[in-house]
Amino acid sequence: MALSDDTADGERQRKLPFSAFLKGAWQVLWTVLITMIGLLAVTFIIGRVMPIDPVLSVVGESASQATYDAAYKELGLDKPLITQFLLFLGNVLQGNFGESLLTARPVSQDLIRVFPATLELATVGIIIGIVLGVPLGVVAAVKQNSWIDHIARVIALIGYSMPVFWIGLIGLLVLYGQLGWVSGPGRLDIFYVDIVPTVTGMILVDSLLARDMDVFWNAVSHIILPAGLLAYYSLAYISRMTRSFMLEQLEQEYITTARVKGLSERAVIWRHAFGNVKVPLITVIALSYAGLLEGSVLTETIFSWPGIGSYITTGLLSADMNAVLGGTVVVGLVFVCLNIFSDLLYKFFDPRAK
Amino acid sequence: MTNLLDVENLTVEFPTRTGPFEAVRDISFSLGRERLGIVGESGSGKSITGRSILRLIRPPGILKANRIALEGTDLQTLSEKQMRDVRGHKISMIMQDPTVSLNPVMKIGDQICEAYRLHAKASKAEARAKTLAMLEAVLIRDPERVFNAYPHEMSGGMGQRIMIAMMLIPDPQILIADEPTSALDVTVQKEVLEIMDKLVRERGMGLIFISHDLNVVSTFCDRVLIMYSGRIVETCRADALHEAKHPYTRGLLNSLPQLEHPVDRLQVLQRDDAWREAASVSGAVKVGAAVKSGKAV
Amino acid sequence: MSDPAPDTAAAADPAADKRSNRGGGPASSTSPPSAMAKQSWRDWLNDDAPKSRRQAKLAAWYRAWGELRANPMAMFGFYILVALVLIAWTAPLIAPHDPFDQDLAARLRPPGSAGYLLGSDSLGRDILSRLIYGSRITLYIVALVALLAPVVGLFVGTAAGYLGGWLDVVLMRITDIFLAFPRLILALAFVSALGAGIENAVLAIVLTAWPPYARIARAETLTIRNADYIHAIKLQGASALRIITRHIWPLCISSLVIRVTLDMAGIILTAAGLGFLGLGAQPPSPEWGAMISAGRKFILDHWWVATMPGLAIFTVSLAFNLLGDGLRDVLDPKKNSK
Repeated sequence: MALSDDTADGERQRKLPFSAFLKGAWQVLWTVLITMIGLLAVTFIIGRVMPIDPVLSVVGESASQATYDAAYKELGLDKPLITQFLLFLGNVLQGNFGESLLTARPVSQDLIRVFPATLELATVGIIIGIVLGVPLGVVAAVKQNSWIDHIARVIALIGYSMPVFWIGLIGLLVLYGQLGWVSGPGRLDIFYVDIVPTVTGMILVDSLLARDMDVFWNAVSHIILPAGLLAYYSLAYISRMTRSFMLEQLEQEYITTARVKGLSERAVIWRHAFGNVKVPLITVIALSYAGLLEGSVLTETIFSWPGIGSYITTGLLSADMNAVLGGTVVVGLVFVCLNIFSDLLYKFFDPRAK
Repeated sequence: MTNLLDVENLTVEFPTRTGPFEAVRDISFSLGRERLGIVGESGSGKSITGRSILRLIRPPGILKANRIALEGTDLQTLSEKQMRDVRGHKISMIMQDPTVSLNPVMKIGDQICEAYRLHAKASKAEARAKTLAMLEAVLIRDPERVFNAYPHEMSGGMGQRIMIAMMLIPDPQILIADEPTSALDVTVQKEVLEIMDKLVRERGMGLIFISHDLNVVSTFCDRVLIMYSGRIVETCRADALHEAKHPYTRGLLNSLPQLEHPVDRLQVLQRDDAWREAASVSGAVKVGAAVKSGKAV
Repeated sequence: MSDPAPDTAAAADPAADKRSNRGGGPASSTSPPSAMAKQSWRDWLNDDAPKSRRQAKLAAWYRAWGELRANPMAMFGFYILVALVLIAWTAPLIAPHDPFDQDLAARLRPPGSAGYLLGSDSLGRDILSRLIYGSRITLYIVALVALLAPVVGLFVGTAAGYLGGWLDVVLMRITDIFLAFPRLILALAFVSALGAGIENAVLAIVLTAWPPYARIARAETLTIRNADYIHAIKLQGASALRIITRHIWPLCISSLVIRVTLDMAGIILTAAGLGFLGLGAQPPSPEWGAMISAGRKFILDHWWVATMPGLAIFTVSLAFNLLGDGLRDVLDPKKNSK
């Protein structure tokens, strides 16, 4: 029968041979490697341009010329730039970002201490953002041009237009200063500090692990405002993107097929259209999460949140170069990792990408 | 006894910048247990007619009709929920291009099972068995593999067979085939049509075959409606198509190459604005006078 | 038109019909034919068969403008921006006080006090006057970034896209590296390296803002590069430089313009953020972000000091967002997201 050809044709690109998979993995790895080296190079160059003498920050203003020269040599500043860069690379690979001027401790230790605070803030923010933003976007697309679509649009526009540091201040003024609904700056009230043992560094998790609900609720009352603020920004982005993805899918012919089958609108929207939106949404959420890590720089400053954002800004203001560069590298690496992660998830969830 | 389907004075409007545009204008026709072809050029309103029967005209499109009756029940009086039970279960539709009409991220088996379980309250295992059987019925040799495959792994011909399986699995009484083979390679068109034709006849269903291809329609149908600019300009028995009188139909026929009567230069279709203004011809057939189906293929 | 095919075809597909309808908007201003002489300009612009390239181009702009005018939200944004430009231009005339004039006796006056419509700050300076003068700084930053960043992106993107090969690989790799950085943090690092100040803030924002434009320009170039008419020009002996500058750049412009307008709000927010952190304009300059920062200390008791400049930033970036959205609808019918 003539059908055999057709069936064989259907076999196209069915399974990727293992070697192709390896090649793909190698390509990803290569890209990541190049990007990371580039990231470090940019950071290194910024560090070189800085109008701060790294020697002076080590030996102090009053050191003799001999001490200065010795330190100059020790820091490798007499070597060619490329050698210096390789040295820098080697140090970073060992997790050595030098010592912080401000805390007088290795920057890497500081980073380990402050990173969980940022992670906690951004994670709570993104969870709220997804839970509210995705349904809002779907409804706005399904009821295009209805009042709910307009409201969703206004919410997003306001989110895109408000300076995060300003609305943070207003939030503190109204919700903390006037109404007293939430707690003020910081992660915990002073009486709750250092009660639960540090396990993950995220107080919400640590207090639950220690089954100390008082600490937990206090932490909630502190995190809710900054996290809610970050959530609003991710909600604006996620809901807009969800809406436009949904509109695109709802115009596809397979949606008509689903309706012809007699499916309810609910099934058509959530099972069929949303099923196709899930995959690109992963990328949007990863991007938005990365954006929150970044948005935390200003948010943390407002809320005295001892995370990586505060760490970088205080470092900036006190010319603590090692701290700034270390923080920048870490946030950059997290960005790259999130990108790769979302790529991998995409490949995993989209049957067409296999 | 009533007809399977009676459509009376169907009009479909779309608002445009220059005022409402009538994609379908006041047409009437009926369908018995026969194979009815609707032929016309693109934009003649034939696809819209097919979708109107399923009440799938999306806003801002407006559907107006005196009656769209399925076995005597006017579909317009049904609630959306009742209408959902008609779709798929009583009237089903095969769409033009399987590569865009199947959900790309859902396994083929799941999509077919979904269609079956929606109307027949069956267990998963039953639905699976039924789906595999249906895939076999559309001459897919390796149903197990296709069941677990995704649409993009299939060729167009395979896709359309899957579509046929999916649309026929709830055992509808009427199948609307909207240009089912236009997106396929010429080589597989005939196979797919034969599979569809065989299943439709075995099950004694009514078929509305929408196409722009006069030859295909005259081969696979009993009766033909010719549409132009939103109305039916002529209706005739498929085997008597060559005796058609309307200048538009004649023009279409004359622009086709014929092996028996070779001509140096095929005629170019000349359109006449008067055709657009003329009243629609009724495609309805009196109850009981439905053309007997069973013409040899 | 005698041939009915085009409009019937469009209407037969309800989706297509909806699209064209939405793009057109309810009042796509096909002005009624009028014999008045005054309308001859409009007739000329609405001509279905333009006689010259210039007429066709002007007519296209005129139609886009007509569509934009039908969008009240976009026009609202547009008017705010026009007002902003006027305010910045006439600042010395309309500002009730000197923005730097300190009056310690009149410090922290609430809004509505005599002579201080929006109140005064901790040094007794009139907030309204400072906001009015601050609009100049905002416009200056936005204009510089909006001019520089897309140009850098255009150069990189078209060179990579048109010339291809290893140059493409290298340039795009660099673009990716810059994209991999969180923008604000990179800008922070740059400013801290270069030193605080408006020009350095602008430079830092440009350095972080160009990669998306390069991506867009490259994507456009790749689609244009293989078009038949480019091949035809090549056969006529046009050089790569000529093809890029004369044929590819003009076609990249519209997508870049949309993107820039949409990015303006982000630029303003980044600039304000830098100012807030003390890395942008330096005191006593009335930069809005720095003003919020200065008012931060008093937020609980003297809310207006930080609130007023925030409202100004919000209004302007909202205006850019509204206009950008409208422009995208008009100039980019592919993306019909309203």
